[in-house]
Amino acid sequence: MVATVPTRGLTVVDARAHTARTPGRPGRRRVGWTLRVVAAVLVAVVMVFPLWVMLVTAFSSGSAYSQTLRLWPSEPTLGNFTRVFAAWPVGSWFANSVAVAGVTTVLSVAVSLTGGFAFAKLRWVGRTPVFLLLLATMMIPTQAILVPQFRLVSSLGLVGTFWAVILPGAAATFGIFLARQFLMAIPTELVEAARVDGASTPRVFWSIVLPLCRPLVAVLTLLALMYQWNDFLWPLIVLRDPALFTLPIGLQFLQGQYLTDYGALMAMTLLATAPLVVLFLVFQRYFVQGLATTGLR
Amino acid sequence: MSALSVPGVRRRGRGDRSAPLFAGPVVLLAGLFLVLPMGLALVFSLTEIAPLSGKVGWVGLTNFATMAADPTFFRSLLNTALFALVTVPGSMAIGLALALLMNSVLPARPLFRTVVYLPLVISGVAVGLIGSLLFNETSGVLRALALTFGLPVVPWQSSGPAAFASVVLITLWIRVGFCMIIYLAALQAVPPELHEAAQVEGASGWQRFRHVTLPLLGPATFFLLIMSVIYSFNVFDTVFVLTGGGPGSATEVLGTYAYDTAFGPARDQGYGAAIGVVVFVLTMAFTLVQWRRSRAARDGAL
Repeated sequence: MVATVPTRGLTVVDARAHTARTPGRPGRRRVGWTLRVVAAVLVAVVMVFPLWVMLVTAFSSGSAYSQTLRLWPSEPTLGNFTRVFAAWPVGSWFANSVAVAGVTTVLSVAVSLTGGFAFAKLRWVGRTPVFLLLLATMMIPTQAILVPQFRLVSSLGLVGTFWAVILPGAAATFGIFLARQFLMAIPTELVEAARVDGASTPRVFWSIVLPLCRPLVAVLTLLALMYQWNDFLWPLIVLRDPALFTLPIGLQFLQGQYLTDYGALMAMTLLATAPLVVLFLVFQRYFVQGLATTGLR
Repeated sequence: MSALSVPGVRRRGRGDRSAPLFAGPVVLLAGLFLVLPMGLALVFSLTEIAPLSGKVGWVGLTNFATMAADPTFFRSLLNTALFALVTVPGSMAIGLALALLMNSVLPARPLFRTVVYLPLVISGVAVGLIGSLLFNETSGVLRALALTFGLPVVPWQSSGPAAFASVVLITLWIRVGFCMIIYLAALQAVPPELHEAAQVEGASGWQRFRHVTLPLLGPATFFLLIMSVIYSFNVFDTVFVLTGGGPGSATEVLGTYAYDTAFGPARDQGYGAAIGVVVFVLTMAFTLVQWRRSRAARDGAL
């Protein structure tokens, strides 16, 4: 390609060699590189700092910060954890969170997959308008429907039960959007071929489509888990019995109990945060992909 | 238009008989818990709901009249607008800068990216609590930091503007990662040939950014703008936990005010629903305006 235009070809090759790294003379390039590394390190320090002081405070005894800055727990201790666990049913809050987030996630992934299939691969009357309506619900601010949602759930007799969180949570329509997007990329011929062989639609979904959906399931599961594990406002309204608290409401409740006892508060914050952070570190690729597609959060 | 030309399983007649089986669950759930409440919100905004008995009485536009004369409502509206005005461009600009940085040649690049993303997965309540550890006026980390370096101590809790700044700062901390994800994806889609061509033409680094990269980031910017504004008008968890809307109503936003009105001690749910409707209308209006603007810009460019 380059050789066909001899005179300009050389310049192109030259430029290409430069753009492989940063353009400019070698000296300037090195300065630019150093500046970027310094900037990246500074950014990393600022981003990690709040998490780091959370960790230090969680494992420090007494009030961690009065006058001097402490960047390492002086006498590392688990006292903060044992202290809070002894006073409040944090263990059952954790279990509640696992149960609620788990069930909601399974439900929402299931309905997203079947729904996505119906919107991407099946032909039925009203498909497009219904899809657009579902898409529009993604833009409804939580605040806007708080009261009617509460009154609805309350009239169904669900307030004060986990179902009050699970059922509206499973209606998260971002999953439909993601699933449809993914399933549209699956060749229709594949589905058609199975059809010709006499497979029913449920059969096609179960044995042809679903096995191809592993990355989709991973993304849907992680996003739903993140969303449900962190959900605060809605559970705060419908789960008023301390025995039913999930971790976020429990945390906010403890803030009222411990005020500025940051050792206790940060221990619990760490407890509530760690599972998702670990999950994120392991499955970062799927998280990033999902967030980039749906813009959830 | 494209939605109509979706390749579907072709069947003669009305369509697939098992379609209701597949679409049913999600349509039912979304219809019951999202679409129906949206309609009911309009109805409830025209009613008065008794705090204890929950008896609903028709009051017409009274709630909106109350709103028009409610200084706290206007304060929270103003605060929300200000919050959006600062955090939306702020997080997008920083996110773009970080995306450019993390897209360049850098050692340990995956590690740096992970670090920026990390706050994204932390719950709003946890973020609020971490914020309170940082910003607490008498025992917070930032106070200790200021004292260590001989800097002036900022009254993050007792001063209205400082409290507002604390909410903005903690929001930037969690939002820049999201903006970076979107911009990074967009940057990686820019064909390198374009840059090479511009360089052959003698364009400087800035010129290439301004005239090659930036225009191609348009869709990402549009998407982020909408998403970030929706986030701003919805913001609740972090503010509720970090400042509770105080001091006074210095950090009261529509989210916290709607919650306090409907589920706080007053439990005025009719009025709460009306505030919700206003939030919805504002969000929709903004989205529509932006959508038309972006469409006009695209048509103009063609």
